[in-house]
Amino acid sequence: MSDTKKKETFAGTIGFVFIVCLVCAALVSISAVSLKPLQTANKLLDKQTKILETAGLLKAAGKDIVATYNKRVDAKMIDLATGKVIEGDVNTFEERADARDSAKSFKPENDIASLNRVAKNAVVYLVKDEQGKVTTIVLPIVGSGLWNLMYGFVGLESDMNTVKSVIYSDHSETPGLGAEVLNPKWKALWPGKKMFDEQKNVAIKIVKGGAKPGDVHGVDGLSGATLTSNGVENTLRFWLGEEGYGPFITNYRAGGLN
Amino acid sequence: MSTDTKKVLFGPVIDNNPIALQVLGVCSALAVTSSLQNALVMTVAVMLVTGFSNLFISLIRNQIPSSVRIIVQMAIIASLVIVVDQVLKAFSYQLSKELSVFIGLIITNCIVMGRAEAFAMKEKPGVSFLDGIGNGLGYGAVLIVVAFFRELFGFGTLFGMEVFTLVQNGGWYQGNGLLVLPFSSFFIIGLIIWAIRQYKPEQVEKD
Repeated sequence: MSDTKKKETFAGTIGFVFIVCLVCAALVSISAVSLKPLQTANKLLDKQTKILETAGLLKAAGKDIVATYNKRVDAKMIDLATGKVIEGDVNTFEERADARDSAKSFKPENDIASLNRVAKNAVVYLVKDEQGKVTTIVLPIVGSGLWNLMYGFVGLESDMNTVKSVIYSDHSETPGLGAEVLNPKWKALWPGKKMFDEQKNVAIKIVKGGAKPGDVHGVDGLSGATLTSNGVENTLRFWLGEEGYGPFITNYRAGGLN
Repeated sequence: MSTDTKKVLFGPVIDNNPIALQVLGVCSALAVTSSLQNALVMTVAVMLVTGFSNLFISLIRNQIPSSVRIIVQMAIIASLVIVVDQVLKAFSYQLSKELSVFIGLIITNCIVMGRAEAFAMKEKPGVSFLDGIGNGLGYGAVLIVVAFFRELFGFGTLFGMEVFTLVQNGGWYQGNGLLVLPFSSFFIIGLIIWAIRQYKPEQVEKD
């Protein structure tokens, strides 16, 4: 270091560190604040894209994601326990944020998706066709995979049984193995499957080694990713079950949202 | 460009490679090399962080009290990393979703601190900046070579474009499951170091 260096004093050191911290803090704050609107817009766009993809509208939407979303998708907040539509800000709702708040969440009795706590409310997306009739119901899902929570959407046709698609939006599974949940070939196995059996029990399952042809409840497991496959199955069983969207699905079948 | 500048800027690519010779930053080289796109973004991010942290640290090198110099360097590096992460989130949300964890971990990348401590604390700002960019380049060169092999033979793609059609997509190529996993980079980095030292025997350590 240089020879002209001043003698170090305690006050001088503290002062210097203080100034450096101040400059760094200003730099970080300015970048965070000034980029915030862009980041929020990106996040929203990503979510809307996934919802349209789940409803099978992504191709039709092309570049007009926001316009298509606003026209075709109707977001509703529901109370999971009663399955009834309630008032609430659907735009700011975040399931995991609510799940951390003990007043806004509950501990599931049968926690097969390993969520620990689940938000009492949820936002569901009703997707309408050109005539305004609801054709697809998109339900957000979350559950443990092999490494971490996996976030996604499941799209059901208006009979609340036939699967339109299962799309994951955020996960940290192993590339090439568990991350194959995003493989178009695997996603293509879902449409047309039935979530529930005749007795209205959740019947969807992921079959290791491949589902038999004609099995309407079975989907092929991902090879090399048994734990991820189990995670997907448990996530669906939880969210379609009584502690998940069960009451909402029953209400909806009984005559829409009242 | 004078020879000195050239040496500072491109020296770290082969002659003094941060991964192959200085053996710094290997951990992140394992994690982000599953695809070329990730490797490229990581390269640019590390280049910018190393370059600017070297620049700023060199600017205040005579004022930094030596008793707290590491902490001061850390504060500057950490701030730059957060800025890079924020910019990525704002302009490329998809990439930031995949890379966010690793971008944050640039703070602990030994290359950044290593260059700040070994170079920027002694040299003038301009040349320090070039040294940072150069070391980022050297790091990136290894990353890109590793990612090329891992993506091509692990997934049959390059930059996400199909080169070999995989069996599960109806083609002929059975992806190499080993290369999909991070630790396979150890083998590739090992081979790269061997190749460089064959070419430049003076890099071999004496027993």
